[in-house]
Amino acid sequence: MARFAVRRALSALALLFATSVVVFGAFEVIPSYNPAQAIAGRNATPTTVAEVSRKFGFDKPVYTQYVNTMKLVFTGKVIDYQDDLNVVDQFRKRFPVTLSLVLPAGILWFGMAVVLGSVSAMRAGRLTDRVVMVAAIVGVSIPVVLLAALLLYFFAYKLTWFPNTGYHGLSNPVQWAYHLILPWIALAVLNIGFYSRVLRSGLLDMANQDFVRTARAKGLSRGQVFRRHMLRNSLMPIITMFGLDFATAIGGAALITEAVFNLPGIGQYEASSIGNLDVPPILVGAILTAFFVVLFGALIDILYGLLDPRIRLTG
Amino acid sequence: MALDPAIGPDAGSGVVIGSDQGSGGAWEGGRHAPAVGPWRLAMRRMRRNRVALAFLGLFILIVVVCVLAPVYSHDIAQIGPNQNNITGQVKVGGQEKDVVAVDGTPIGPTFTSHYFLGADTNGRDLAVRLLYGGRTSLLIGGVATVIIIVLGTLFGLLSGYLRGVADGILRPLMELIWSFPPVILGVVVGTALALGGLGPIKGNSVFIPAFIIGVIYSPYLGKPIRGEILRLREQDFVDAARAQGMGPMRIMFTEVLPNAASTIIVFIPLMLAQALLLEAYLSFLGAGVQAPNASWGTLIADGLNYIETTPTFCLIPGIMLVLTVLSVNVFGDGLRDALDPRAQVRIKT
Repeated sequence: MARFAVRRALSALALLFATSVVVFGAFEVIPSYNPAQAIAGRNATPTTVAEVSRKFGFDKPVYTQYVNTMKLVFTGKVIDYQDDLNVVDQFRKRFPVTLSLVLPAGILWFGMAVVLGSVSAMRAGRLTDRVVMVAAIVGVSIPVVLLAALLLYFFAYKLTWFPNTGYHGLSNPVQWAYHLILPWIALAVLNIGFYSRVLRSGLLDMANQDFVRTARAKGLSRGQVFRRHMLRNSLMPIITMFGLDFATAIGGAALITEAVFNLPGIGQYEASSIGNLDVPPILVGAILTAFFVVLFGALIDILYGLLDPRIRLTG
Repeated sequence: MALDPAIGPDAGSGVVIGSDQGSGGAWEGGRHAPAVGPWRLAMRRMRRNRVALAFLGLFILIVVVCVLAPVYSHDIAQIGPNQNNITGQVKVGGQEKDVVAVDGTPIGPTFTSHYFLGADTNGRDLAVRLLYGGRTSLLIGGVATVIIIVLGTLFGLLSGYLRGVADGILRPLMELIWSFPPVILGVVVGTALALGGLGPIKGNSVFIPAFIIGVIYSPYLGKPIRGEILRLREQDFVDAARAQGMGPMRIMFTEVLPNAASTIIVFIPLMLAQALLLEAYLSFLGAGVQAPNASWGTLIADGLNYIETTPTFCLIPGIMLVLTVLSVNVFGDGLRDALDPRAQVRIKT
């Protein structure tokens, strides 16, 4: 266990370092990229720009800038160029919104995928299976942008069953859920399609395995075999996928859903920062995402050990 | 007792076809039985899958229609895709109507040759832009898929066959790209390159998003190919080739690669579908196709601003994109079933 933790921590550090270098470097190659100009404002004189450049250290070599920025990030003092806001504070303020979006959506997409994938595999070749699989392939073919637009148009504008956009705090749980139902669906549908397809093909592979026949032969019912043997073994691939998808989504990868539904989460902050070439928020977002990816990767591996005692944690 | 030509080992399983020919009566009369190779068997399975073929037809139809965009633009609509026409008028049912009304509202679908699907706020013909946008989207998707296939195959081949140093460099590189959410990575690199360009390619070129998408998704092919190559390189035919004195490069490309071909082919439609979707996301976030060029992604993004008043702006390019991706996906499923019924494929956005 200690070995596992150490190795994971080391690979996490490597990933965080690589991520921050890639993000920082991507912007340094832009010829027209001039953060000093952005901070000083559009009408600033060249002297002001030069002053700002000196104050923030943009005149220093790239590696010095990188080290300084990373120092600010990890001391929590880094500010964005656009509005002079403390980036870490912004992330802290916006994180509950993203979590409100992603956590229920994640439960929804994982749960629905397990139900639909199982039903489809149990009824393989029959009408139920066909209907579910057609729905799944349509689901993986719809871009999130369009699905969000469709939901907004039909359920918010035409039928006015749901409010169009915006976010309500958790202080009023009913309003909170009411405002988030459409975003949850928009975020979940694509993943329900992917996961149920993967789960179904895994379960169908499982049906021909010797241990399934043995379990039936020793007298377990179909349902028992399904739950204790087939499902348990087939869940692994989609649990792996879930770990990565969930981690990146709470790190800001749900930015399209947040943008369309105007939810003030970290994805929306990242999207607007990217448009303005505002490096610090993008950097913090990328580091946060990498951190979640490593964290959930480790949690998933521990979960593997629980699901399948043959698997040992080796890091 | 002739061999039923439809019965044979599955394609892509690496089994040598015809190993049991000597035992049957196929040799009687001194003539060879028509040998059925794995590719032909796959073709047969494919031909039986009517649904997949129908969707392939739909995809080809969409491609042809989009390729013919200049013809429609020049001969029917008589307006270019980026040509503004704010003050112009158009004849609808014998009446002259403003293309863009005084209050800025563009004309809706006329279902005539001019402004068939209506105009946008700049008075540009949406039907023309839809077709040109389709060309852009399909071009980006196609180029990106070629890049994915070439890079992914090279990644997988070099790191799987050579192992050692090559694997030590390529595998962490693939892991790095893999563990990054494609949308965020694409947006960061896309924004950067859209401003700065890439070598000789200008920033607003459609090859920039194609290149980005290609690089981002290459590990999604490279990782499974690597696994496949690791398995293949331990097989006897590789030892035989080595014993004949072949060098590693020749073994890689003439012995190992053809055996991994079915895996690569299965990935082509799946990667194309993913590339088309990612293009739409990048363009929606302003990091893909740059104005004034249109793609289905930018048209959806533009239309989203008018979803309350004119939902067709957003929905028509959206439906085109969904139909294209859906047809590619359904055909891809059929192709996978035909080539390798037991393939495990992992694709994610």
